Amino acid sequence: MVTVKDYQSPVTPTWCPGCGNFGIHQAVKTALAGLGLQPHEVMLVSGIGQSSKLPDYTHANGYMTLHGRAIPSATGIKLVRPDLKVIVHSGDGDGYGEGLTHMVHAARRNIGIVHIAHNNQIYGLTKGQYSPTSEMGTRSKTSPEGAIDRPLNPLLVALAAGATFVARGFSKNGKELSELIMAAVQHRGYALIDVLQPCVTFNRVNTYEWYAERVYSVADEPGYAPTDLNWALREAQNWGARIPTGILYQVENVPSYEEQVPALKAGPVGLRPVAPLPPDKVKALKAAYL
Amino acid sequence: MLAEREQGMKTDFTLVLGGEAGQGVESTGAGFALSLARAGLHVFAVADYRSRIRGGHNFFQIRAKASEFFCHNEEVHLALALSREAADFHARQLVPGGAIVYDTAMNVDKTAWPDGVQDFSMPLTEIVQKAGGNKLMLNTAAVGAASGIAGLDLRFVEGVIEDNFGGKKGDQVAELNLAVARAAHDYARDHFAHRFSFKIRAADAQQRLLISGNPAMSLGAVAGGCQFMAGYPMTPGSPILEMVTGLAAEYGIVTKHAEDEIAAICMAIGAGRAGTRAATATSGGGFSLMVEALGLAGMTEVPVVIFEVQRPGPSTGLPTRTEQSDLMFALHASQGEFPRIVLAPGTIEEAFRDGWRAFNLAEKYQCPVIVLSDHFLATSLQTVPPEDLDFDRVVIERGDMLTPEQLDAMEGDYKRFLFTDSGISPWAPPGHPKGVYRSCSDEHDEYGSIEEDAENRNRMMEKRMRKLEAARADMIPPEVYGPAKADITFVAWGSSYYPVREAMALLDEKGVSANFLHITDVWPFPADAVTKLLKKAKRIVSVENNYTGQMGGLIRRETGIHIDEQILKYDGRPISPEFILRGLKGV
Repeated sequence: MVTVKDYQSPVTPTWCPGCGNFGIHQAVKTALAGLGLQPHEVMLVSGIGQSSKLPDYTHANGYMTLHGRAIPSATGIKLVRPDLKVIVHSGDGDGYGEGLTHMVHAARRNIGIVHIAHNNQIYGLTKGQYSPTSEMGTRSKTSPEGAIDRPLNPLLVALAAGATFVARGFSKNGKELSELIMAAVQHRGYALIDVLQPCVTFNRVNTYEWYAERVYSVADEPGYAPTDLNWALREAQNWGARIPTGILYQVENVPSYEEQVPALKAGPVGLRPVAPLPPDKVKALKAAYL
Repeated sequence: MLAEREQGMKTDFTLVLGGEAGQGVESTGAGFALSLARAGLHVFAVADYRSRIRGGHNFFQIRAKASEFFCHNEEVHLALALSREAADFHARQLVPGGAIVYDTAMNVDKTAWPDGVQDFSMPLTEIVQKAGGNKLMLNTAAVGAASGIAGLDLRFVEGVIEDNFGGKKGDQVAELNLAVARAAHDYARDHFAHRFSFKIRAADAQQRLLISGNPAMSLGAVAGGCQFMAGYPMTPGSPILEMVTGLAAEYGIVTKHAEDEIAAICMAIGAGRAGTRAATATSGGGFSLMVEALGLAGMTEVPVVIFEVQRPGPSTGLPTRTEQSDLMFALHASQGEFPRIVLAPGTIEEAFRDGWRAFNLAEKYQCPVIVLSDHFLATSLQTVPPEDLDFDRVVIERGDMLTPEQLDAMEGDYKRFLFTDSGISPWAPPGHPKGVYRSCSDEHDEYGSIEEDAENRNRMMEKRMRKLEAARADMIPPEVYGPAKADITFVAWGSSYYPVREAMALLDEKGVSANFLHITDVWPFPADAVTKLLKKAKRIVSVENNYTGQMGGLIRRETGIHIDEQILKYDGRPISPEFILRGLKGV
């Protein structure tokens, strides 16, 4: 029996007291333990940012890579070890700014990684600059007159790119979030969970209260149709007065990338021994140049 | 038979096939090179093409010789021109008595032709049509004509056509090409052979492979157990990913054409982090994008191999041409200081060797290994003995990789970045309960957790850098060619090997003795060996395909030896042996 304690790392988080990352961290551990997964069966991959420190605070295989580059690093891991559950943690700057290209391509490939985006609409680690998801008018050190960029809607981007699992959670709603993570880990292919995460230090607008007043669970909506792309595209546009959470879209009829790779038909390449080639193969390879 | 063989010994023949992009210059040229190789000759062929799909002027130059030699030269005996521009360009390269073949229907201006050039214009289009072929087969007609003129038995050309077009009896494309080749051969033989004194004679010889650096390096990688390769197309590095992908299903390799080079190297590093032999292949521009991730591999001690096939920069530069100008870049790419290994194979044999060796070095020293090739080595087709692709020498060394049994027996928590005397920490592939660890691009402690403590920083930096000292034991020292004492000592690295070796042969004919220090393992730099060898030299001349003499600068930095005489070329074209001779003062 796997418990949350099995994922306990000796490292104490350095997040600010009250940080939304704590809720996400707890939900991840709860979900993994709930699925009966052992720490060695899981690989947590992150970029750089406050969110990306999560693997350091978790006892599991972890790789904290470069700003924006968690997804391609995770893709490489998944492609040689599809037996591992690979979970990416990115922030909104890291995942939706620096690394947005990779998200689009991961979605269209349907590579089997879970992408948990800690979206606090601000840069935390670099101390308070506006991010790709900051509202227009957000005043920050790099937008002192108020941001004039329009914010990115990550759910629409993911849906447009062909993602087969698109969800949103709220770091304070731990039960819902851990259920979303469990569903994402079990999903066939790429799964995005955009997580609303208050930043108690640098974002004084999008607070716990601000989100709590606005979030609603899509599953409770009349006409909930998470296999209908058009429904999901409409619902994903809601922002402002009402912010949808839950699974907005999920289809299981698209094969994951890794299940279609020829070399993986015989199992994970990373579990096969490496040995010199046998003489018949050598002969065949040379024959092409005679 | 004896007379035939004696004459065969004398064969030293250069043919050039020129035309527009889309006329099959390179594929037909490569086919003819294979015919010559199968005729028992030594072959060296260089392609010269522009960065475009149609039009322009491309050519393929093949030198074939009965005895061993090292590279192309500037003497052309027979030119096959498929376009007017090709005729204008190649007529000027011909030696006296040399000849140019082109379609009679082509309007060629002969006023600028050198004396002694023979005009072998022939009705190529008509011959193709009469044989039932179409205008795409003009190239086949041209090589058929070449065999008729130079006296090469047509069966060598026919054999390659059969292999290239499926080899099935009755295959229409193959049959038509064969008919075209025969008709052109017969016409050329009947009209021109008696007037042409440069002949190609088949030789009795062991079968040699006809191969270029890219496939040799790719085969090396496959032989070395490469399990993952990602890349993004960029000339001239793309063929490595293409070739490994072609073998992927059969050899159990996962390959990925990524969305960009940053993704490509990050995927390879991810695969390395997951305990597999992983690589990426690119050229300088792609490597520029990979630079930040190179440091990630250095910091997190992940083995990864980067095949960097150089082309002339800066920026887009000359996309389809050659240069050796990324040496300093490879040595210093990425912020901060971390151990890396840089190899620069110069020959087919070395390209294959470093293709597999790079994975051993990467895993033993848990660091990035950059293999620097260049367009000249990557694309020049040449004959080599089959044993140059020395599969028998391939060994797989995975370094201090922990086995499941070792992990089972391990007491206490696993320290992935354990401080050790060698700097090498035992590493565990993921999947074992006791081998769980995290690693990060931040400075970290022995467990892999973020740690900014000054003493830890010092110890961790020193641990990582010690690996570079340990790696010296595995570095192959520079090879010395030629006599121990010589009038001139050449110094070169990578593919400049070829023209230097050929220049040495030319100097020998002039009675000038030369030897040659060829540096292949570039970093960690073999300072002691280079110092020892150069201290004895009378006159040192460095030869490099770049503007700033990068290896010369590195030698000065690492040994204090200043090389005054540098022969440098940066026009994007490979160095020829004649270019080296022209650069030598007083010879």
